[in-house]
Amino acid sequence: MSVIDAVREAMREEMARDERVFVMGEDIGARGGVFLATDGFVEQFGEERVIDTPLAESSIAGIALGAAMNGMRPIAEIEFADFIWPTFNQVVGEAARVRYGTAGSLGAPMVLRAPYGGGVRGGLYHSQSPEAYFAHTPGLKVVAPATPYDTKGLLKSAVRDEDPVIFLEHKRTYRLVRGDVPDEEYTLPIGAADVKMEGSDISVISYGLMLHLCLEAARELADEGVSVEALDLRTLRPLDSEAILATARKTGKALIVHEDTKAVGVGAEVAAIIAEEAFEYLDGPIMRVAGPEVPAMPFSPTLEAMFMPDTERIANAMRELARY
Amino acid sequence: MDQGRTDIAPGRGPTDSELLEMYRLMALCRALDERVWLMNRQGKAAIVASAQGHEAGQVGSVAALRIGHDRFYIYYRDLAALVSLGLTPAQIMSGFLAKAGEPLSGGRQFPTHGAHAGLNLVNLSNVVATQIPQAVGDALASKMRGEDAVTIVYFGDGAASVGDCHEGMNFAAIHKLPVVFFCENNGYAISVPLSKQMAVDSVAGRAEGYGMPGVVIDGTDVSAVYEATAAAAERARAGEGPTLIEAMVERYLPHTSDDDDSRYRPRGDIEEARKKDPVKMLRERLLADGILDEETDERFSADAKRAVNEATEEVEAAPHPDPSSFYDHVYAGDTGGASSR
Repeated sequence: MSVIDAVREAMREEMARDERVFVMGEDIGARGGVFLATDGFVEQFGEERVIDTPLAESSIAGIALGAAMNGMRPIAEIEFADFIWPTFNQVVGEAARVRYGTAGSLGAPMVLRAPYGGGVRGGLYHSQSPEAYFAHTPGLKVVAPATPYDTKGLLKSAVRDEDPVIFLEHKRTYRLVRGDVPDEEYTLPIGAADVKMEGSDISVISYGLMLHLCLEAARELADEGVSVEALDLRTLRPLDSEAILATARKTGKALIVHEDTKAVGVGAEVAAIIAEEAFEYLDGPIMRVAGPEVPAMPFSPTLEAMFMPDTERIANAMRELARY
Repeated sequence: MDQGRTDIAPGRGPTDSELLEMYRLMALCRALDERVWLMNRQGKAAIVASAQGHEAGQVGSVAALRIGHDRFYIYYRDLAALVSLGLTPAQIMSGFLAKAGEPLSGGRQFPTHGAHAGLNLVNLSNVVATQIPQAVGDALASKMRGEDAVTIVYFGDGAASVGDCHEGMNFAAIHKLPVVFFCENNGYAISVPLSKQMAVDSVAGRAEGYGMPGVVIDGTDVSAVYEATAAAAERARAGEGPTLIEAMVERYLPHTSDDDDSRYRPRGDIEEARKKDPVKMLRERLLADGILDEETDERFSADAKRAVNEATEEVEAAPHPDPSSFYDHVYAGDTGGASSR
């Protein structure tokens, strides 16, 4: 099963299971979504539960929030994460504060899904990684899975969660990454990282598309006699501090990899957690491979390649860290 | 004042006993509002957004709806709506003093903000117009479940300029959602007069552009408000979709207790506005019509004063929230301890 199939099946199962669940967003009806995440949904669930919205993202989030406060379980799709900024006020300013600002009288059980990330010739406005902005906000949960299995289990949990979840799907993984998904029903816990490869010499901590590049680099390093442990964060808020600290303490060397811009990104928080709580275990500097400090990913292939971290850069960083 | 479209059937008007009850509530609101403003000047209430001049709009519209069944998204100037919905003066005042046990947010939010699940009441934000798409989503939920609840959403003329207002109204009209958009137009967005907010003379006139009726009403006339709201609610329940009501009201006091309206508002303007005081006008009308007598009026006035005095005593004596509650309700299940997140 591919990642996009996992997204679709998770939503289909949750909509079949719970009448309160519905989907809304741009082009999700007859078109089935620009990535076909809702392919066949209108036929199966009807237009009342598969709502094509006007091109108005702030209200997509605001309407989903209102429906959530009134007992529904909306899944709102933002067509591309690059279009998510108009929702910022309704999500960060409003949804994240519903429970706290009403002292628990109301909650906002909504999911905002968005395809994010580059390497698809998406240019400045179809390549962005918005996770750090949302992961900064208490009251939100931010999930960014890398595999079909994790995507399906975590999306189902997001739909059932009592709090607002930003669910980020790396669009390059949609059809590129395939994997086994069991036929039987399962969910996965939000807030739990997952060791995708056991190792003992260095730790690489990543999520999304970059996790796969890290695994590829780790296999190269294995041939060179370096044992790499790969931790998939899966959830960016709340971060799984225990899993981060466990792998850092185990190997004493941590490399953090993400496609999003480096400064003040998720990697900075992961590094700080390790520095604060596992300092005495470290045998080398905490290192980061991340996106460069330009505002967004350029369109031309040569320029796009300069933005995207690749396996070679990651493998080189691993080698450098292993030498300590 | 019919500058907008008036193509909806007139709704039922209030009965005499409803009018009397609305007058009692308006008198109570005014007494409570004056008291909390005073408490701000005494240094006891950190901030007050006064509803003085807006009372008929809020009381009249709530009275036309079904409390506990219909759904209310109010905004920061809607103290009179809270009184109409049945919150006690002490409950409301506990918000102004941010005391423990405050029913809407536990003292976390500015006065009148938070939510009340039993009353279907939401007043989440200080950011104007955010409540408009939220109310539309709320109404969408009612419609999807086949319920006949009507969602009313209150906002000021300032909020009408925000994109969320446009987006919410457009969606509600497309899906014929059971929403009443209730604009309390007092002519000022803090200090900016209507002439600098819009090039047209009415918010309601925009309704046609969305494909819904829009009406301009005298928001100081409680009967006009009641009738327009009843008509809009009737349309909503019949599946005919949303209505935009623009209630022309007056703001007697500065935007909030932190504002100084002498910097932008001519004195004569407010004196003129006070001639149309909705509480006084209703009193005179009910006396003239024989619905109210002097004795009852004095009793209402004494009851309001006593209720406000008792509330003041009770709330001033109440404790502030226990700091141990600080981390409660960040996420579901967070109670009684420090957050680990």
